[in-house]
Amino acid sequence: MSTVNIPSPNGQPKIGVYVCHCGINIAGRVDVKETVAFAKTLPNVTVATEYKFMCSDPGQEMIQKDLRDGKIDRVVVASCSPLMHEPTFRRAMIAADANPFLFQMANIREHVSWVTLDKNAATEKAKALIAAAVKRIVLHRPLEKTRVPVTSDVLVVGGGIAGIHAALTLAEAGRKVYLVEKEPTIGGHMAKFDKTFPTLDCSACILTPKMSAVRAHPNIILWTYSEVAEVEGFVGNFKVKVKRKPRYIKEDLCVGCYECVEACVFKKGITKDEFNVGLSKRRPIYIPFPQATPLVAVIDPETCVQIKRNKCKKPCVDACERDAIDFDQKVEIKEIDVGAIILATGFKTFDASRISRYGYGKYPNIYTSLEVERMVNAAGPTGGEVHLQNGEKPKTVGIVHCVGSRDSKTNAYCSRVCCMYSLKLAHLIKERTEAEVYNFYIDMRTPGKGYEEFYEKLLKENVHFIRGRVAEISDWATIPEEEGKLVIRAEDTLIGAVRRIPVDMVVLSVGMEPHENVDEVRRLFNVSCSHEGWFLERHPKLAPVSTFTDGVFLAGACQGPKDIPDSVAQAGAAAAEALALIDRGYVELEPNTAYLQEEFCSGCKTCLGLCPYGAISFNDEKNISSVNGALCKGCGTCVAACPSGALQQNLFTDEQILHEIEGVISYV
Amino acid sequence: MSKPKVAFYWCASCGGCEEAVVDLGPDILKVVEAVDIVFWPVALDFKRSDVESMLDGELTVSFINGAVRSSEQHEMVELLRRKSGLVVAFGSCAHTGGIPGLANLFDRKAMFDEAYFNVPSVVNDEKTVPQEEYEAPEGTLTLPNLWNTVKTLDQVIPVDYYLPGCPPPVNLIAEAVSKILKGELPPRGAVLAPDIALCDECPRKETKPEKMSQKQFKRPHEIMIDPEQCLLAQGLLCLGPITRKGCGAACTTANMPCTGCMGPISNVIDYGMKALSAVASLADSNDEEEIEKILSKIVDPVGTFYRYSLPASLLHRYYQPAAQGGKQS
Amino acid sequence: MSDNDRKQFEPRIIAFFCNWCTYTAADLAGTARMAYSPNVRVIRIMCSGRLDPQFILKAFREGADGVLIGGCHPGDCHYQEGNYKALRRFTLLKRFLNMMGIEKERIRLEWIAASEGDKVQKVINEMTEQVRKLGPLKLEPASQLQPQNDRVSRVEPVTIAEGEAS
Repeated sequence: MSTVNIPSPNGQPKIGVYVCHCGINIAGRVDVKETVAFAKTLPNVTVATEYKFMCSDPGQEMIQKDLRDGKIDRVVVASCSPLMHEPTFRRAMIAADANPFLFQMANIREHVSWVTLDKNAATEKAKALIAAAVKRIVLHRPLEKTRVPVTSDVLVVGGGIAGIHAALTLAEAGRKVYLVEKEPTIGGHMAKFDKTFPTLDCSACILTPKMSAVRAHPNIILWTYSEVAEVEGFVGNFKVKVKRKPRYIKEDLCVGCYECVEACVFKKGITKDEFNVGLSKRRPIYIPFPQATPLVAVIDPETCVQIKRNKCKKPCVDACERDAIDFDQKVEIKEIDVGAIILATGFKTFDASRISRYGYGKYPNIYTSLEVERMVNAAGPTGGEVHLQNGEKPKTVGIVHCVGSRDSKTNAYCSRVCCMYSLKLAHLIKERTEAEVYNFYIDMRTPGKGYEEFYEKLLKENVHFIRGRVAEISDWATIPEEEGKLVIRAEDTLIGAVRRIPVDMVVLSVGMEPHENVDEVRRLFNVSCSHEGWFLERHPKLAPVSTFTDGVFLAGACQGPKDIPDSVAQAGAAAAEALALIDRGYVELEPNTAYLQEEFCSGCKTCLGLCPYGAISFNDEKNISSVNGALCKGCGTCVAACPSGALQQNLFTDEQILHEIEGVISYV
Repeated sequence: MSKPKVAFYWCASCGGCEEAVVDLGPDILKVVEAVDIVFWPVALDFKRSDVESMLDGELTVSFINGAVRSSEQHEMVELLRRKSGLVVAFGSCAHTGGIPGLANLFDRKAMFDEAYFNVPSVVNDEKTVPQEEYEAPEGTLTLPNLWNTVKTLDQVIPVDYYLPGCPPPVNLIAEAVSKILKGELPPRGAVLAPDIALCDECPRKETKPEKMSQKQFKRPHEIMIDPEQCLLAQGLLCLGPITRKGCGAACTTANMPCTGCMGPISNVIDYGMKALSAVASLADSNDEEEIEKILSKIVDPVGTFYRYSLPASLLHRYYQPAAQGGKQS
Repeated sequence: MSDNDRKQFEPRIIAFFCNWCTYTAADLAGTARMAYSPNVRVIRIMCSGRLDPQFILKAFREGADGVLIGGCHPGDCHYQEGNYKALRRFTLLKRFLNMMGIEKERIRLEWIAASEGDKVQKVINEMTEQVRKLGPLKLEPASQLQPQNDRVSRVEPVTIAEGEAS
């Protein structure tokens, strides 16, 4: 930035106040003319004016012109939230060769015009906020942002389709990517599906090539069966500890030949197979599925006799020609430096047993949609056959939509994918069994490319659609035709009658939910959550993949229910954001850090233990504290505690805040 | 040329500040050599009328100690202000209200009730309380009006300089007098003491640990106080970090925690709040209940943090909500 | 105070909201057009841990009838644990204010997450009504004279020397 030439003959600040109409967003509720007239009466205000959209180019140019003409040397813009447009106006000031920190926003949209019904009250409140900004900006000082170099490696957390796509995109751009997945294989939910809507692409056919690409890519370091344990640092310079759980198999030696699995003392599965969502059993040593990536066996310490009781003949060890089995493997902590983090931790499906009236877990032949996904999958536990517990093919199947979605008792939100996958399952079930299929839906929600057409197609396939939320599923027969069947009771809202449909099999279309450990994860990465537990994007429209923590981005369903195309698109966006950050090569840190006025520090050490970032140390030579501006993140906790007022925070000094208090209250 | 004229006056105070002047020892003779003490009720027999008869501004400097809490004190300080070139608020009470300022936790009625009726040693069957006016055969007798609120000197008259402390340390007094005589004064409004907190000169400073936080605060009678270690690090509420230095760490040297008589340094606008903020920050817990427990040890936050400065605080005094019939001043 | 006066009394409340949770939540309340009473004026701080109790008394002294503090939920602080430091100070401050006769309803600490726009609306409305019931906070006026140790009144505006603002 070049020197600003502000003639200040008597040293008095010259403040420009610009009030934005924001179309009618502000002007519709706040009397802008009156606020401008008011601003003119405030001390040190040399320019006060208004404009339709201050954030537009002409609006910014007004400010720039006044700065260049020397009419003003500080700028107050009364418009929207600083979280919205502070960067915009700061950039405008830089472009006019002014220091961007001689700027303050008064939030008269989000905090005034949008939340105040009474016009007069809104105008008065806007005036108070403007007065506060004017009062405080008098004490603003020119500040510099510090530039910190950025580590170019990226961490992607979660190896579902979103994480895979983000990792590949970054790797293709030449960045080194760490992909961390907590399961023994990547692939996530998509790997479990048979077909994908609406194109009925084979899920494995489109996913597994991407999985192998991840495995093969020289720029991707894939750590499965691993979890992020610790995150420190800040945008561009995160220090991450990844916990690699022991899989008791040497990953570099295993070729996934299944010899060890076959050799296990357990000749058949003894525990729930996670990949088949419990429809089959697996052995203590296993490979999740034939396309697992990496194709490496894993030993489950909970069920392996050798690990649990240390007395097994260990036929697996003998069977492995490559000596890949290692019972002494321990947890390994990997420390990495990354510049950006992409969270793609996905979702879990709703636990259908929470709605007891739907009988899941009580009656046989009631399945969740994910179980049926496995069932219709040719590589699944039934080899693609849809059959009942007794082995027979169902003649009638009921598909219940919105299980755990659009229900204030469970989740109020729509899970977005259930209508479409229910249609898909209806198609697949009909294809495999020729059964009569009944869909019970509240509304059909099929917005998406080719989605409505898919629905049309299903209508023509003679699938039955009953509009109404299912009240109950039971085996309580009232007429002979219902004997031995599951009876679905629902109000058909289109004909206005309660219907009882006897079926052989029920599919509960379960919704999407955040993972149980979402609180743990978000605290780890310092991101916020919505009520429901979805990670919160920085702005729902303009920053949908960013978070409130710079350098941490979101991809896929961890941000909210999403289908595959949306997850992939968002993953690409997150990768692009991460690239934009990394390729610039540096980050500029907000200068709102703490600083020490050394002459007032008595060395009392009150501040030392308060900084969570270790940014304050004790200078034994001077016998006073010392703040490391590069480590300080600008919370101001030490400043509030400093008994001498020796610590201050840039942009939030005691005086600036005290002035703001005076300003906001002096005019009421 | 006549010598500069100096006045000493006391308002609501204990007399300790007068002692402090005498504590100058033999040096007081030098002072007397250099100046004329023309008014000093505690030591010399001058009358109010003597001051009234002076020209405005005739006094070079008045050293006024004590807080202001009565009509008489008000009249006297206004008179001295008029007659003085400089007014120095002398000692904690004049500076920030001092111990008498804690009366601002109550109102006048509560104080009278306590002093004239409720104290166990008082026998007052006739319910006699002091009256501001009394009709005696000789005429009307009057007593000064006692205010509801104790005030600092600068809340009553403009003050030029402050000499903090309870009482002000002798070396600071000597230095102040010498500066005044030489005319080497800092900008008006300054506190005539170093602008940095006590830890800076405390001999225990070296023993401070890196982490000052406490699981338990303690009171001096509860522990054997280590004569060398930082008192705050021992869990004692030593207000040294918040308090201006200049006393030579008199209390901490005598194995007692600093109670804050020197007041805050110039960055702080409310001593007690800053003290509360710093001390509360040291409560070593993030659990609501445990925080409550640790801080419950501070039984009297007002008396602890505003021992010398309640009238100078942003609240000034106890607040009586209108609903409780509160009438201010 | 008669009922009529009470109706006319519009309390003045100053809120200190942390940038990352409560201020964002207040923005969200705005975006969602959740109307609430106009009596609360928000001052943004980066973290509730920045809140110096001096600010609270200053607000009361300047004429605020109530002070509202908003921070991230425990465990959710953007700066790890600034909100706990705020809680420590608030715990002691509450007791102090109680001793000083200030009604407890005049000060409130709320944890409001970035997604809780509705809570901003609810808390502000509640607080306004609570304080309205109490009536104005009529502190004994600061004396006719400005105390000399009031640093704020002495602070000079920052002037920018030529070349400094580069």
